[in-house]
Amino acid sequence: MTDPTLLPAPSQTSGPFLSIGLLRDHIGSSVVSDDDPRAIRIRGRLLDGNGEAVPDGMIEIWHANAAGRYAHPEDTRTDIPVEEGFLGFGRSGTVDDGWFEFVTVKPGRVPAPDGELQAPHVVVLVFARGLLKQLVTRLYFPDEPEANASDPVLSELDESERATLIAQAEDGGLRFDIHLQGDGETTFFAV
Amino acid sequence: MGSRHSPLARVRDEDVLGVDPPYDYPDYVGTRLRHPKEPLVLLPHTLSERTAPVYGDMALGELDYDLTRQHAGEPLGERISVSGRVLGSDGRPLRGQLVEIWQANAAGRYRHSVDNHDAPLDPNFTGAGRCLTDANGEYRFVTMKPGAYPWGNHPNAWRPAHIHFSLFGQAIPDRLVTQMYFPGDPLFPFDPIFNSIRNDKARERLISTFELDLTEPEWSLGFRFDIVLGGRSATPLEEPHDD
Repeated sequence: MTDPTLLPAPSQTSGPFLSIGLLRDHIGSSVVSDDDPRAIRIRGRLLDGNGEAVPDGMIEIWHANAAGRYAHPEDTRTDIPVEEGFLGFGRSGTVDDGWFEFVTVKPGRVPAPDGELQAPHVVVLVFARGLLKQLVTRLYFPDEPEANASDPVLSELDESERATLIAQAEDGGLRFDIHLQGDGETTFFAV
Repeated sequence: MGSRHSPLARVRDEDVLGVDPPYDYPDYVGTRLRHPKEPLVLLPHTLSERTAPVYGDMALGELDYDLTRQHAGEPLGERISVSGRVLGSDGRPLRGQLVEIWQANAAGRYRHSVDNHDAPLDPNFTGAGRCLTDANGEYRFVTMKPGAYPWGNHPNAWRPAHIHFSLFGQAIPDRLVTQMYFPGDPLFPFDPIFNSIRNDKARERLISTFELDLTEPEWSLGFRFDIVLGGRSATPLEEPHDD
């Protein structure tokens, strides 16, 4: 750090009242329209170290479009189009007894640094009272056994770690619980 | 499985946290059941981490930046402006950044069903604002100075007055939710959330500065709060601690 004035701002907890500022009408839990024929539903619960619901949290998801392209200038693969209006980002509160829910599309595969393709995945960020900074994890898809088996992240995890990152099929959608601590603790990443 | 790819390092939060507070900070009771106990997996950055949502074109309400003009009447309290620049780790201003804020009212009460502090709600104050940074990375809000309020963390616990901020930056590691504080607050030494940041200089980065130049005569006090995003990626090279 050569210039001390450029020290990054440190994180602080979102506290219990994040919904006032972050869960309004401007960024919703539907990444695509609910009636999009490709739409999938992802729901789950945010749970603490006692297995109790965390009702004052927020989950954010970030992912590529169905063709595997991010709506961001850093993704320069312009041969893969991004549809008008697709941002690839959504937010859900957990006020309903820890439950969160998203409507989105299953992302396509995006490259890993070595040029291989990663398995389809969603970046998941967790905010809540009691979290002094967000937690980062990933959601993978249960109907991608081959891609999951060769994914450069998933395949390097232990079986028990991997199990926490693969959503489960449930009621025509996907179920993805997030355990902050303890039994079945979700694998979290340092980024 | 596992032989074709580079092994992923497991790291301890305390070894990679840089300027940020740790997940496990027992003085802040809320962390006790909510911090992971397993090591973190150090994630090599792929396109998924080198990108982040782009909201530069978001259509905002004309008065979204002005928390004092969102209701029929004027809120009570001390009118202030909060402005500053959002910068990348290289000092470059970040334009088109969505800045979202929320806060308690002047009496220290949030407009939220869970806040039961015995202080009045203000019918003319919601406590939420948002804006986009301009070409110079500048943002500006007009609001009321929030009050301090008690919380149940420990006996006679009070939070220093603060405004919550949320920013995205240019990549997933930049994502920042933080709190802006006011200069000279006597509650700083007693607040575990503020003191969860171990690096003294980093902690001071969250204290806004009063500026007469930003103060409008006969109208509002001006506070400056510049925010550097980026440079927060997990790296096993620790920031020097001042303590």
